[in-house]
Amino acid sequence: MSERAFRNPYPDYDVLAKWDTPSWNEQTRAVVARRLRDVPPRRFLTERQFATLEAVCDRAIPQPERGVSKVPIAPWIDARLFHNQTSGTRYVPLPPLQECWRRGLDAIEAEAQHRYRRSYHALDKTEQDLILRAMNAGETEAPAFGPHLPAQKFMRHELLRTIVEVYYAHPAAWNEIGFGGPASPRGYVRLQPNRHDAWEGEERDSTLVRAAAFK
Amino acid sequence: MNGASTHPRATGGHAPDVFSHDAWVPMRQYDEDEAVDFVIVGTGAGGATLAAELAEAGFSVVAMDAGAFFRPLADFASDETEQNKLYWLSDRISAGDDALEFGSNNSGCAVGGSTVHFQMVTLRWRPEWFAARTRLGYGRDWPIDWREMWHYYDEAEDALKISGPVRYPWGPPRRRCPYREHEVNAAGLVLAKGAEALGVKWAATPLATLSAPRGKAPPCVYRGFCKVGCATNAKQSALNTFIPRALEAGAEIRDLAMVAQVEIGGDGLCSGVVYTRDGAWHRQRARNVVVAGYAVETPRLLLNSACAKYPGGLANSSGLVGRYLMAHSNHAVWGVMQDEIRWYKGPPSMAVCEHWNYEDKGKDFHGGYAFMSQGPLPVDHAKSLVTNTGMFGMELRQRMALYNHMAGLKIVGETDARADNRVELSDERDGFGIPMPRVTFAYSDNDKRLYRHSLRFMRQMLEAAGARDMTETESSAHLMGGCRMGTNPSDSVTDADGRTWDIRNLWICDGSLFPTSGGVNPSLTIYALACRIGDRIATMARRGEL
Repeated sequence: MSERAFRNPYPDYDVLAKWDTPSWNEQTRAVVARRLRDVPPRRFLTERQFATLEAVCDRAIPQPERGVSKVPIAPWIDARLFHNQTSGTRYVPLPPLQECWRRGLDAIEAEAQHRYRRSYHALDKTEQDLILRAMNAGETEAPAFGPHLPAQKFMRHELLRTIVEVYYAHPAAWNEIGFGGPASPRGYVRLQPNRHDAWEGEERDSTLVRAAAFK
Repeated sequence: MNGASTHPRATGGHAPDVFSHDAWVPMRQYDEDEAVDFVIVGTGAGGATLAAELAEAGFSVVAMDAGAFFRPLADFASDETEQNKLYWLSDRISAGDDALEFGSNNSGCAVGGSTVHFQMVTLRWRPEWFAARTRLGYGRDWPIDWREMWHYYDEAEDALKISGPVRYPWGPPRRRCPYREHEVNAAGLVLAKGAEALGVKWAATPLATLSAPRGKAPPCVYRGFCKVGCATNAKQSALNTFIPRALEAGAEIRDLAMVAQVEIGGDGLCSGVVYTRDGAWHRQRARNVVVAGYAVETPRLLLNSACAKYPGGLANSSGLVGRYLMAHSNHAVWGVMQDEIRWYKGPPSMAVCEHWNYEDKGKDFHGGYAFMSQGPLPVDHAKSLVTNTGMFGMELRQRMALYNHMAGLKIVGETDARADNRVELSDERDGFGIPMPRVTFAYSDNDKRLYRHSLRFMRQMLEAAGARDMTETESSAHLMGGCRMGTNPSDSVTDADGRTWDIRNLWICDGSLFPTSGGVNPSLTIYALACRIGDRIATMARRGEL
């Protein structure tokens, strides 16, 4: 399956161009520099679990236009699990964070083996998507998911939630949605519709908006 | 890198100066074996306010918080992930048909509590809600008359220098807000346009962020990161209002101090608290203990303080500690606008409509709801999208690319107080060895009729404002109840002053006191309750009634 291309409404906007402007302060530069530079090694998940996670991240946030320089997602999730960084909510009946992710990723692999007798990461994109859709609809077949580990709850509240937490914390993601990014000490002056300050990204392609809604 | 979260800062006779990058202010300190007049557990809208009030009234006060003592100018980044350090991230076990989300959704873990990252919406309760049973025929009456609460609203709004309208369009006449209202951003103007099309009133939201300088705090620069902590001090949180007042008046603040138990002496009264700080367990003696940990931690602490004299937990002779927990329904409608909105600019909710809080006709439910314009940051918006719809793939990336054209309306919806919505202790323990809380929550049929009504109405309004391609999301916000106040020891935990019926030197001062939830954000009412409790304690002390 060939991936649909991403249409970027803000092709010439780069939030990092504001690095040395009053929009960025010292503490924010330090945080974002670490994020760009110190991509953590795999320490918590097994090789197999990590391969499954990487494949899921690729389907959840496909980045075909970036080639080998994709925004890394799986390493940051592994780091969170390694440090047992809980979110404050453990929904019944999901197990504690670390166990939840080990079992959840194993269950995705089990579902792939059950359906295709191949590993999830070795499936083609259509097959991988079918499994994610089945999880999202609560219609998985392998017994690894079930009342003790509900596929939809794991999919939405752990897997997808964490993936978007990592991806939309990256400057590349801020660029493609036209988000102003870090803003302190300088904030914004022009708050009205269709107005933006000189230090905000310019929308070049509004066909998306028209296509979505204003035909 | 971030010492505030690992080592206590308020030690050695000084505390962080929150208006500086690295300076200190002097802080009085008390010996642990010296019984202070009041030890307060929690420093949010309830605890910090009471600490200031009691210290200013001349009492000796030690206020503890499990979280860090931040200096916003130096410690807060413009970054959603980094700022997770402001939330209570230790797991709560969440059960029930409508299991609640905690963490970033409704909790705080810092000196200043969740006011450090709240969205600053500062609304008063409708007067009738304080006597909902008598005047509106549902829920329960509060043990305090609305006029008295409105007097304390004046005091709290002045202490926080709320920026808002000269004339608020709902409810009885009130004085103007202390500071002028902010310019409404594009996201707020969508609400305004829809409201005008539907013939209902709207207002610039009264907000706890400055529209003009105040002392060392500058006016808001509309940077839009309010929900993850204000890095300029424009936001008037407990951290930069009541905490400095408390320190100035001689209170001691102990940061990174997690209280595990309230101790009971041979006389059946509180003798102090047991807490952990800097890797060691301590005991602070006190003549009075105030629990101000909010609707999960307050019941959790009282239940975990069970002892031979009170085997069911403290102040729990009614069996109601942890029960009648409430949240607000927080359902929303989102749509795509032809205009560029760029909702990341300015406070997230700059326009409000309280129509359905004050209109009683045409409803198929009791209670009310307010709704506000929205401005979620990218991670927040993406999370709401994927947890509600399960959207993924290029569809998700492309939907997120509409970010600057999105507008949304979201409710703060009243929910019924139900006995089975509650906080209990689980049999698992947290990192301190303290039993984790288990919280059960489900909406009532009325709650569901209320949020369905709101979704229909907000969809109409967004459509009238020009939005297309609409989606709905459901969530909850805020916590209230769990130790409700009342007039009768058999069906409440405290009296109107937050004094527990069972133990006369044990008090509660936070949102867990709410008998009903109302249809507005709870912070102003918590501040007002704390101002009132402070006054009442000072009065009782003068009369020798403590």
